[in-house]
Amino acid sequence: MATCATCVPQKIKALSRSASSQQAPGTNVTRQPRNLDPALHPFERAREYTRALNATKLERMFAQPFIAQLGKGHVDGVYTLAKDPKSLERFASGSGDGVVKVWDLPSQDEIWQTQAHENLVKGMCWTGDQKLLSCGSDRTIKMYDPYNTPSGSAPLATYLGQNAFTSITKHRTEPAVAASSSVISIYDLSRPSTTATQTLAWPTSIDTITTVSFNQTETSILASAATDRSVVLYDMRTSSPLHRAVLNLASNAISWNPMEAFNFAVANEDHNIYIFDMRNMKRALNILKDHVAAVMDVEFSPTGEELVSASYDRSVRLWKRNEGHSRDIYHTKRMQRVFSCRWTPDNNYIISGSDDGNIRLWRARASDRQGVKSARQRQQLEYDAALRERYKHMPEVRRIARHRHVPKQVKKAGEIKGEELKAIKRREENERKHSKKGDVARRSEREKMVLATEQ
Amino acid sequence: MASGGPSRVAVAPTSRAAGAPTAALDPEAAALRKRAEEAKKAYGRGKSIQIRNIKDKKLRGNLRALEDRYQDATLKAKDAEILLENTSGYLEPEGELERTYKVRQQDILNDVAIETAKSGFELKLEGLGPYTANYTRNGRELLLAGRKGHIATMDWRDGKIGCELQLGETVRDAKWLHNNQYFAVAQKKYVYIYDHAGVEIHNLQDHVDVTNMEFLPFHFLLATIGNAGYLKYQDTSTGKLVMQMPTKQGSPTAFGQNPHNAIIHVGHQNGTVSLWSPNDTKPLVKMLPHRGPVRALAVDREGHYMVSTGQDSKMAVWDIRMFKEVNNYFLRQPGTSLAISDRNLTAVGWGTQVSIWRDLFNKNVNDQTKVQSPYMSWGGEGQRVERVSWCPYEDVLGIGHDKGFSSALVPGAGEANFDALEANPYENTKQRQQAEVKALLNKLQPEMISLNPDFIGNLDLASAEQRKKERDLDRKPEDPVANLKNRGRGKNSSLRKYLRKKGTKNIIDERKVRIQELRKEQAKREKERRGQKDIELGPALARFARKGP
Repeated sequence: MATCATCVPQKIKALSRSASSQQAPGTNVTRQPRNLDPALHPFERAREYTRALNATKLERMFAQPFIAQLGKGHVDGVYTLAKDPKSLERFASGSGDGVVKVWDLPSQDEIWQTQAHENLVKGMCWTGDQKLLSCGSDRTIKMYDPYNTPSGSAPLATYLGQNAFTSITKHRTEPAVAASSSVISIYDLSRPSTTATQTLAWPTSIDTITTVSFNQTETSILASAATDRSVVLYDMRTSSPLHRAVLNLASNAISWNPMEAFNFAVANEDHNIYIFDMRNMKRALNILKDHVAAVMDVEFSPTGEELVSASYDRSVRLWKRNEGHSRDIYHTKRMQRVFSCRWTPDNNYIISGSDDGNIRLWRARASDRQGVKSARQRQQLEYDAALRERYKHMPEVRRIARHRHVPKQVKKAGEIKGEELKAIKRREENERKHSKKGDVARRSEREKMVLATEQ
Repeated sequence: MASGGPSRVAVAPTSRAAGAPTAALDPEAAALRKRAEEAKKAYGRGKSIQIRNIKDKKLRGNLRALEDRYQDATLKAKDAEILLENTSGYLEPEGELERTYKVRQQDILNDVAIETAKSGFELKLEGLGPYTANYTRNGRELLLAGRKGHIATMDWRDGKIGCELQLGETVRDAKWLHNNQYFAVAQKKYVYIYDHAGVEIHNLQDHVDVTNMEFLPFHFLLATIGNAGYLKYQDTSTGKLVMQMPTKQGSPTAFGQNPHNAIIHVGHQNGTVSLWSPNDTKPLVKMLPHRGPVRALAVDREGHYMVSTGQDSKMAVWDIRMFKEVNNYFLRQPGTSLAISDRNLTAVGWGTQVSIWRDLFNKNVNDQTKVQSPYMSWGGEGQRVERVSWCPYEDVLGIGHDKGFSSALVPGAGEANFDALEANPYENTKQRQQAEVKALLNKLQPEMISLNPDFIGNLDLASAEQRKKERDLDRKPEDPVANLKNRGRGKNSSLRKYLRKKGTKNIIDERKVRIQELRKEQAKREKERRGQKDIELGPALARFARKGP
């Protein structure tokens, strides 16, 4: 073609990509070049939101918290659980007919059992050398060696008390064990004597102490709860009680935060869990409200970030330490009143023991799976988690993430409870309205349940 | 969710510690700051949050961490630029007397690589045209549709034909759907969807007499408009007709989508362009760019500018964020077809010619200068141009005309570096299938179409205000008369009197609903009572029963 003189010497370059440059010869792996220019990625916010929504839906789809029930369980209700602090896979359970069983988590089966007591097994704990201590309402504490003796063998040692025992806890390092009845009796395991070496009690208190718990970090601190509604702290170094707080209702269990040595959670009869700072018992650090019946047991996760609680309303709830409501509820049709729950030491599972004699194994995060994951899978899960976190405030995402199926009875009970609480509040407000201004002071929700504190 | 505003201006910590705020920056810090500013300009997502004024310590800490992360992201994106492997093409004059628009196709084909020169070709298809052309989103496949019913798909780079159909009836438009597996054809009466082998798989009977179509790839919506002026949205993933609304402006003369926010632009006989979303039965915006029918329109990929041509032989460039005209140009004949490339080259087909304009608009400058001459031109050889369309990621302009189809090389038109996760010109079957699944998973809902596509996750302050107002039970009732514009007429004009009486006639509020319910109940009771009386009086006397109590 003829071209004009003025336009021949132009500098020309046109795009040229060869198809072969997109795939190295001899491989079937194609290259995937990226260009981060925002102009090439329209609707980024909308698409990201859609991905977040899908991630949330998938998370709920994969949420299958229940794994298995262990072995054949117990004949009577399971009232106490104790995990071996030296092992990731062993824990013991105690039942209402006095039988104690030791379980193996990987095989989900029972490996050792014995008829430990004539009556209820009320409390259990493990010693540093992996011996099992159990106490019961037959006024004995028995020490077994489940690792080295066959099932049904006789106890290594028996300790006697004056009254029925309700709970037992082991000092972190020393061979001392505290068991509660109407007083707290300290037994020294290194001595041959079968009687208590020392007793602790609040001077004026006479009621039964229902639970006792050693702080495993600040090792000489001991906390107890009694039927006279009091929570009492003791110091082993001075062998004396430190502090007493009386709550509205009695408490059922105490768990120390393994990461923040001075904080502990109290499972209360008034359906709530209170987290206290032992240095200031006038008010709770946080109140966890969601159960609709008495909370029977509570435990901090090994990370100290979360809690698990067992309740008389036949459900297990999982909580974040700093949030007021539960992040998940676990229940099955057959699970009866739950009396005990534990977080496994690897932070991945939850064990619960209930009135129906079964011990159930749950996932701590309902949609997590523990199998080996490929790098891509892991990356995707992390990305999804980040997306969910980023868009958690969006109404649809929040609705899906929060939605749980709750048993009808629990739902109904929750509604009734809500009405009742509203009525109480209304009554208080009316009283306030009809009295002199400033006469009826408002109390913070977090200090309402503390009736009195004593030093 | 906090709005995505990455990157504060980076001040290197060393310079902050240097002392007086007026102290000169050391060159290293200055370079760092410059780099951060460049990164923010290219990859930033708008203004950052003012952290210093926030009182809440925790919130301040969180926001600072977030802002730092955003800034880090922009810097990393900027760093990743060295991984871009291609640079875009160009056509530059060497002397002052040279003009790029004088360069003919043959000169370009002689000068570029053989592989590239292959993409300039001509298809002679006389007697079945004029042809419209459409490329897939990755630019690999081409769909040709002749007015007389000839349809052909091809992998234009390899010259491989996908399918070829002779429909034997008028074809007005044809568009690929989300990938090269399906395409929609607007035929004489209905719209049909065919698969890659040319098998008819759907007949969309709701779309009658369609003249123009657009496919919104992220929403899987096929938007069509016909001579009756009904704009219809069909979801191609679920098959549901999402929305249809009358434009009420007669038959449309131009049709296009804004790829940035999926808003449909419709040009009308009276010179207006209206903007539509499926969430509103009225146009979101109406503009008046021309004094006569709008003939063609196109929007750039970032959604900042719209170019339109009209029967008044004008080509108007509009800023569609401010809705202001930027410039207008005179064409010797009315432009019949328009397309804007990835790198903002505007091709306009008029008569038998195509002119390609560069720098009609530039988002980086405030005052847009008027361009004196086109960048390139094509044609003038007696082929009446029907449709121009750019091939994505290539320096190729497809021109459908009445004698077939021409593929012209236009250096500097295409985006040099594609993102394989968005649209991959070299994808294999597996990748195409995976991309389809991903795209369906990430499908955007039609409700998400709005003028600002990033509204999701922003706080809805307006409706919060509204709700607050509604909660206030002691508020004064709104006076319709006071809301009237003060036109300086008397207090007792007939309009005011009328409004005072009937002002709330069409407002249905709680009170009105209650009254309506009461009245309904009353009427029901009355009816029952009369029924009772009818029975009492018997069939002969029933008609004398008294109405009312």
